[in-house]
Amino acid sequence: MKVQLERIASARSGDKGEGSNVGVLARSDEAYAFLKEVLTAERVRAHFHAINRGKVVRYEADNLRALNFLLLDSLGGGGSASLKTDAQGKTHGLALLRLELDVPEEILERTPAR
Amino acid sequence: MPNKKKVLVANGQGFWGDSILGPIRLLREGPLDYLTLDYLAEVTLSIMQKQRSRDPRAGYATDFVKLIERVLPDLVAKNVKVVANAGGVNPHACKDALLAVIGKAGQSGVKVAVVEGDDILEGLDALLQQGEEFRNLDTGRPLSEVRDRVLSANVYTGAFPIAEALGQGAQIVLTGRATDPSLVLGPLVHEFGWGVGDHTRLAAGTVAGHIVECGAQCTGGNFTDWRAVPNLAMVGYPIVEASEDGSFVVTKHAGTGGLCTVDTVRHQLVYEMGDPQRYLTPDCVADFTSIRLAQEGPERVRVDGIRGKPPTPTYKVSISYLAGWKATGELTISGPDALEKARLCARIVWERLAYDGCTFAPEERLEEYVGAGTCHAGIAGGELEAAPEVVLRLGVKGSDKKKVDRFGSELVPLVTSGPPGVTGFAGGRPKATEIVGFWPALMKKELVRSRVSVFTS
Repeated sequence: MKVQLERIASARSGDKGEGSNVGVLARSDEAYAFLKEVLTAERVRAHFHAINRGKVVRYEADNLRALNFLLLDSLGGGGSASLKTDAQGKTHGLALLRLELDVPEEILERTPAR
Repeated sequence: MPNKKKVLVANGQGFWGDSILGPIRLLREGPLDYLTLDYLAEVTLSIMQKQRSRDPRAGYATDFVKLIERVLPDLVAKNVKVVANAGGVNPHACKDALLAVIGKAGQSGVKVAVVEGDDILEGLDALLQQGEEFRNLDTGRPLSEVRDRVLSANVYTGAFPIAEALGQGAQIVLTGRATDPSLVLGPLVHEFGWGVGDHTRLAAGTVAGHIVECGAQCTGGNFTDWRAVPNLAMVGYPIVEASEDGSFVVTKHAGTGGLCTVDTVRHQLVYEMGDPQRYLTPDCVADFTSIRLAQEGPERVRVDGIRGKPPTPTYKVSISYLAGWKATGELTISGPDALEKARLCARIVWERLAYDGCTFAPEERLEEYVGAGTCHAGIAGGELEAAPEVVLRLGVKGSDKKKVDRFGSELVPLVTSGPPGVTGFAGGRPKATEIVGFWPALMKKELVRSRVSVFTS
């Protein structure tokens, strides 16, 4: 079923130099296993095509059911060199949660919505 | 006999500008051993250096002195110790101002410690001559390329000088650029006698510090599932209840607003995270993939299992330098056709500037249409064209201050010489302000000497 990432995960983001990081926190073990498969760095990079001009790097923290994405050039310069409203990438987490995913029914059944 | 001692360390300030109610309510609404306060972001130190160059008694977080003036009776009555990086680039001036307000309140015998050694601006040329290159960690370039434009240079220092200050009986410890987590780790090192080789416990205290360093961000603030968070107005700031073995509980005072759950703590653990297996601090390398979280009770999250490794042989150095000029300005454009008219306004500004010989490369200028998908550009769908009004936000940057200022004079004229419905320009002409660039670098640890001195009111 097509749902937004927000249905099976939450997120927090912030600045890291000239880029931002987006931590994606799965809402169940099943959702985490699924996201590890489908939420690749390439997919996240494509999603942020109009915001991030650099590479995307992904890290995993199984203990937190978390995937951590570094968007290496997403702030228009970073620090005080950025002209952007969101110069710290504070809203990038919510932006990623808008991503549309095709999630199997059995994963949705086992993943509590917020 | 296992050590049953619990130490309560709270954080009441996530950044310079955070609510003063955080620390006031932490002191008022429940028990506490230590109150930590974080005032420094990267840009803060360069602002403080500038203030100090104009006034030798400035260059620290003045909010901190106002806070202490207000909470001093509580601090003394409850014997709560305070650790703050409020000293900025002038910790002795901060200490003098602090001793003055403490003296005025008639409190004698209060010990204030100053931890310094992080500020290497004055010795920078000597260090360069000794062969330290301060190569930029991101670009690999040597610092000599921007040396004449350097505004501040500070080493991120660790927990042990803070613990030393507490060991000398200080009730208030003032530091410069101590790392955020070390404000929490310092008291734990002091209370439990952890050693420099005790990397597991140092990593645990570092994680505790990381969780609370942004104040209410681990107790329900900035939380995805915000509707589930009760009473954010009276959000409780976080408290770490630490044990000698390195395990701890994250909690907040009973009856306060907000939410302290595995999920709210998990959110903060990934904040500003890089490689979760290598969280570098001056005192250890913490492995965030080893953290175990458990809901021990209402508003109580147990944290344990944390592994740590020895620290790297270098300190991180934060250097700031003048990197150019920028200006931004806003106009509000009402509908009908708000977005279309806002786009026209932007074109008009760039065309008029170009007529006068003032052009900016695409990467030097910004057009934002706030209300029509700015934060989530290219992502947010919906009826953006139908926005009832739009805030047009334009900005430019560059090395030529005059050019940047010239831009600022072409926004207001749109009120009478643009399409109809242009308003909301209250701030006058945008003026060029300095861009502070960051130059992250490394430096050998043996070249840094931390100093602790204690003063009594």
